[in-house]
Amino acid sequence: MTEPSVAVWVYAVGVDLDGPWLAGATGVDGESLRVVSVSGLAALVGSVDSGRFGAEGLRRRLDDLDQLEGIARRHHAAIALIAAHRPVAPARLATLYADDDRVRTAVRRHRDEFLAALRNVAGRLEWGVKAYSTGSEPDQPTPSAPTSGTAYLRQRQALLSARNSSWQRVVESAHAVHDRLSEIAVEAREHRPQDPNLSGDRRSMILNGAYLVDNEHAEEFATAVATLADEHPELAVELTGPWPAYSFAVVDDEQ
Amino acid sequence: MTIEPRASSSAPVGVGSHEPANLGDILERVLDRGVVIVGDIRISLLDIELLTVKLRLLIASVDTARELGIDWWEHDPWLTSSARKSLPPGRGHDPALEADPDD
Repeated sequence: MTEPSVAVWVYAVGVDLDGPWLAGATGVDGESLRVVSVSGLAALVGSVDSGRFGAEGLRRRLDDLDQLEGIARRHHAAIALIAAHRPVAPARLATLYADDDRVRTAVRRHRDEFLAALRNVAGRLEWGVKAYSTGSEPDQPTPSAPTSGTAYLRQRQALLSARNSSWQRVVESAHAVHDRLSEIAVEAREHRPQDPNLSGDRRSMILNGAYLVDNEHAEEFATAVATLADEHPELAVELTGPWPAYSFAVVDDEQ
Repeated sequence: MTIEPRASSSAPVGVGSHEPANLGDILERVLDRGVVIVGDIRISLLDIELLTVKLRLLIASVDTARELGIDWWEHDPWLTSSARKSLPPGRGHDPALEADPDD
C-alpha cells in the first residue's frame, strides 16, 4: 500500500474556529491552517507532506531533539493562536489522518466528550506554576574529623536528619502553594516535576502545577502567585501562561 | 527556525503572550496532555507512545521525585516497570528504551 502524498494533521478541536486569525497562519510543515467542520464541531488542521510526516518520516524527525522542538513549538503555536479566540481542546502531537473525512469520523465519534471538554474550558485558560527549592537551607558546618566510629555515625545522622526535615518543609510549602492556588482555580492538576535536562534549571523542581482559571480571575491568580512567592522564600515560584487548556480538555480513546 | 506563540493583539487574553515558553513546558503539554484520538497512521502513534515514554522518563527521574517525597507517578503505568510488563505485547518492549539511556 502506498501512502497518499498528503496527510491531515490535527491541532485542536473546537466550535466555529474559522476567522481572520487564520489568515497567513501556518502549521508544522509550513502549511496553511484550515478548518474541517463536522456535527457542530470544528477541527483545526493542516495538510502536511506524508513523506516528511508519515510514519517513517515522523519517527525520524521526532527522534531528533532539534526537529522535535521545531515541530512541538509550531504545533503549540497553532493551538495558542486559536485558543486566544475560542475555547479549544488541543490535540496531542502527531494526530494524523489520511484525509478530512477520516478527521470528521474521529471527531464525530467523540462528539459528546468534545462538547463536554469545550464547555469545561470556555472562558478559562490554563496557568502553570512551578516551584523550585531555593536550597536556602544553611550549609552544614564542615564537621570536625570524627574521633571515633560512633562520633562519625552521629554526625552523619545529624546531617541526614537536617536534610530530611528541610526537604519536608520545602515539600510542605509547595503543597500549601498548590492548595491556595487550587482554591482560585476551577480545576487543578499536579504534574510530574520536570527533569533539569528538560527544564534547563539545575534546581530541584518540587511543584509542577497546572490551574484552569476563569479569565476574569486571571489577575487575582497572578497576584496570589506573587504573594505566595513572598511568603515562601524557601521556594522559587515561577508562573507561566496563559496556556491553552492542555491539562483540562481531556478526551481519551487510547484504550 | 521556531515560531514562538504570539497572541493576536485583538485577543481578549493573550495566550502565551508573556514570554517564549520553554521547551520543557511545551513538550510535556503537547506530548503528555490534551486530546488523544486515534489517528490513521497507527504505526507512528505507537512510535509516539514510545517516544513519550522516553520523554516522561526525562521529565522526571523517579529517584529525584521520590527523594522529594513526590509519588503520584507511581500510579502511572508507563513509569513502573512492573506495570509496563503487564501491557499487551508490542507495547512497552522497545529495546531502544532500555538500551538507549536519555542523555
